[in-house]
Amino acid sequence: MKALPITSYTLTTALGAGLEANWGQLEAGVSGLRPCAFAGSEALATWVGEVDGLDRIALPPRLAAFDCRNNRLAWHGLQQDGFLAAVAAAVERYGPGRVACYIGTSTAGIHQTELAYMALDAQTGALPADYRYETTHNTYSIGEFVRLALGLEGVSCVISTACSSSAKVFASARRSIAAGWCDAAVVGGVDSLCLTTLYGFNALQLVAAQPCRPCDIGRSGISIGEAAGFALLERATHAAAPALLGCGESSDAHHMSSPHPEGAGARLAMAAAIEAAGLAPAAIDYVNLHGTGTPANDLAEARAVAQLLGGEVACSSTKGWTGHTLGAAGIVEAALSLLCLERGLAPRSLHTTVRDPALEINVLLEHRAQRLGAVLTNSFGFGGSNCSLVLGGTQAWEGQ
Amino acid sequence: MGGPVSRLFVETVGLFAPGLSSWQEGCAVLQGRAPWQDEPLPRYQPALLPANERRRATALVRLAFGACEQAVAGRLQEAAGLAAVFASSGGDYAINDQICRALASVERRVSPTQFHNSVHNAPAGYWSIATGSREPSLSLCAYDFTAGAALLEAATLVTLERRSVLLAVYDNTIEWPMSGKREVLRPFSAALWLTPEPTAQSLCGLVVAPGERGREPAGADAAGLELLRRGNPAARLLPLLECIARQRGGAVLALPGGGALHAAVRPC
Repeated sequence: MKALPITSYTLTTALGAGLEANWGQLEAGVSGLRPCAFAGSEALATWVGEVDGLDRIALPPRLAAFDCRNNRLAWHGLQQDGFLAAVAAAVERYGPGRVACYIGTSTAGIHQTELAYMALDAQTGALPADYRYETTHNTYSIGEFVRLALGLEGVSCVISTACSSSAKVFASARRSIAAGWCDAAVVGGVDSLCLTTLYGFNALQLVAAQPCRPCDIGRSGISIGEAAGFALLERATHAAAPALLGCGESSDAHHMSSPHPEGAGARLAMAAAIEAAGLAPAAIDYVNLHGTGTPANDLAEARAVAQLLGGEVACSSTKGWTGHTLGAAGIVEAALSLLCLERGLAPRSLHTTVRDPALEINVLLEHRAQRLGAVLTNSFGFGGSNCSLVLGGTQAWEGQ
Repeated sequence: MGGPVSRLFVETVGLFAPGLSSWQEGCAVLQGRAPWQDEPLPRYQPALLPANERRRATALVRLAFGACEQAVAGRLQEAAGLAAVFASSGGDYAINDQICRALASVERRVSPTQFHNSVHNAPAGYWSIATGSREPSLSLCAYDFTAGAALLEAATLVTLERRSVLLAVYDNTIEWPMSGKREVLRPFSAALWLTPEPTAQSLCGLVVAPGERGREPAGADAAGLELLRRGNPAARLLPLLECIARQRGGAVLALPGGGALHAAVRPC
């Protein structure tokens, strides 16, 4: 595939709002995870990556109908790193109908419905009158919110494939640009803390009691996080910008909530992304693992990475910093990978102290300053949905 | 580069909705040769799922399978090679209801199966397990514009990557109390096997292109089908299915933000 410039991107996680806040904590090795104090889930012994201050975020009056934790997080994220101005310039350049909007989420604003069910009418069982489904909980609500917030009129949908959602938005946007449906696309992912995921993953016994320790011999599960991230892809640019080099998608065809034990689907997605980038596997300098921290996920992913790329390439999971941000994990890890590419760092795997010897890959225990040419980032989800992206550092583009 | 025009072919169609319990039966209605009967849809039992998954499959998964299994009937080996675009305007309302009720109770006990069934891509995940397909699979949502957005995504995937794709669009009825906020009165599920090149079995060609902005899609021809179309976002595909059944004409599908998609049928 033709490489696409990523002309702007931004990230808001438990580490902070905006790229510099995230980079500072990444570089310093400071985790954003804290003991879970999310209202209604205090009984769960787990740590979460919660974004501070969402209770105080106010949406503009024109978007008031969208008010919920998920859209507040999106709004907060959109304000960072000059992203609004970059999108406004793209809208000016191409026209609003030529800028697409692809957002990934797993649960959108389902928390609003969880709260509404706690306030059902005692007589009729009706949902509260002020509860709005369409603009908060519906899977597309986050897509419509971002579309309206940015004034976009191009192709738009929400991709919801659990934890691969906001990696797959890059693949759909890339196709949309290549096929001529748009000239630029806003892609992103937003997922916010809710009881459904906190109690759901707990029921599956996939949640760690302590901060997650991806690839560690003592790993015991995930820490759930929340995040909003966005990127602007353009058909062409005259400025220097990092690149989306390749996308690869596959399915496990194995199990709804467990990975294929040999990582067969994961390997297909990685191989497809590297092939689409026109690279040899040896050209990958760093792998940002999906690395959730569950025993089965990390083992399956390591097998797939080792088979395809060998045991030498630098690998790490950044979920020790942000937690597993589920439908936002793809964009979170794409944005962190872009920062690492631009600033020359293969980051360590936070909270990983003793590598699991069964994982025959090179999980970094210390930061490694090195020039990175191409980075592979993995996102795998329930339903056996896999997506890998190959990203490249800042390069000069030839324009239109 | 020219405009974004996708030229592709319809290999088969699966249809599972009240009064349209198969493509064969539905064709007579869609061609206007038989009246639409508002009959309850029988419970569909997926044939392709392993026992464990069949036991765990929700009503929404079974609804999606009702159309998908028809579309690949007798051609299982080929089904393993199909990419997938699955789309629903709201996902599994019944599962969400169960989970939210559990979370509102003192114990807050969510079952693991309920939780994995709650993801928007659950039907696509079951489909990949049923067919053994490791091809790319995408699940999307665009509220009332889901059918148009899904056709656009599938057509782009077919033409750009030269892949055969199974497009599945389905929405189930919504029960109380969510029905107080959003109404879907009848279930609807359709599946289209789309190919980049014509084959000996192709039903017709399709030309998918941008429609006039803000143009209101025309309704279904038959009055009963128009009732079905208006009452279920997945059924917004019906005018296109009428064109396919008649081997002529074209349909407009609405997209988010005032956009529109035009899909024209070309006889093979």
